[in-house]
Amino acid sequence: MNDRIEKRIEIKAPVSRVWRALTDYREFGEWFRVKLEGPFAPGQVSRGHITHPGYEHVQWEAVIQKMEPERLFSFTWHPYAVDPNIDYSKETPTLVEFRLEKTAAGTLLLLTESGFEKIPLDRRADAWRMNDGGWTEQMKNVASHVAQKP
Amino acid sequence: MLRKSRSGRLARRRSQAPVFAALGDATRLALVTKLAGGQPHSISQLTQGSRLTRQAITKHLRVLEGAGIVRGVRAGRESRFAFDPAPLEEIKEYLDLVSAQWDEALARLKSLVEN
Repeated sequence: MNDRIEKRIEIKAPVSRVWRALTDYREFGEWFRVKLEGPFAPGQVSRGHITHPGYEHVQWEAVIQKMEPERLFSFTWHPYAVDPNIDYSKETPTLVEFRLEKTAAGTLLLLTESGFEKIPLDRRADAWRMNDGGWTEQMKNVASHVAQKP
Repeated sequence: MLRKSRSGRLARRRSQAPVFAALGDATRLALVTKLAGGQPHSISQLTQGSRLTRQAITKHLRVLEGAGIVRGVRAGRESRFAFDPAPLEEIKEYLDLVSAQWDEALARLKSLVEN
């Protein structure tokens, strides 16, 4: 187990094409299944609603963080905030980052979603310093135990 | 992507913050690692080899107990502490769910861009 999600995906298309699919709000909406109100801009709130069948009532809201052309696109949000009875705005959001790298075959897309731990950063840094191997390694230990003893 | 039955589980993730917070401390992480072996330990056993006092260890155990990762078990007159993997399994389940949804979304992105 880890406190972040990491994905790598090889795409047979130029970096510029992938960049457009990520940052053009209509194209983003198409693959992400969300109808957005307008274009993305750093520091701005992006609003819309999910178009995934059965979830049209779910609002989408994210704050666009960085748009470094053909390199990095990031936003913060509340992942899969689908329960209308919960006020997700009081929760610490997670950070989603898309990084693009040119490869021989096209583009390597790296996705990271982090911030699931929701603990103050300073304490977290302390925990890192004091632990050999840090948090991730420790969590792996615990997780492997859990896996062995379901 | 999403199925209705999952929303209950998603809703429960609110209670996961204390679990991460409880583990975001080196002493508590060490205690959990010790208890994750499966054997319940007494406070004396957990204090052994530590530079912390019995009182300090007890305080950390209470935090872990509050997050549901550790539970107290009585053995005669002595109180022992045991590891409970359930909250961690729940977090893993939640992360697996979010992770699976990214897989599906990225697959759609890939086919959109490649076609």
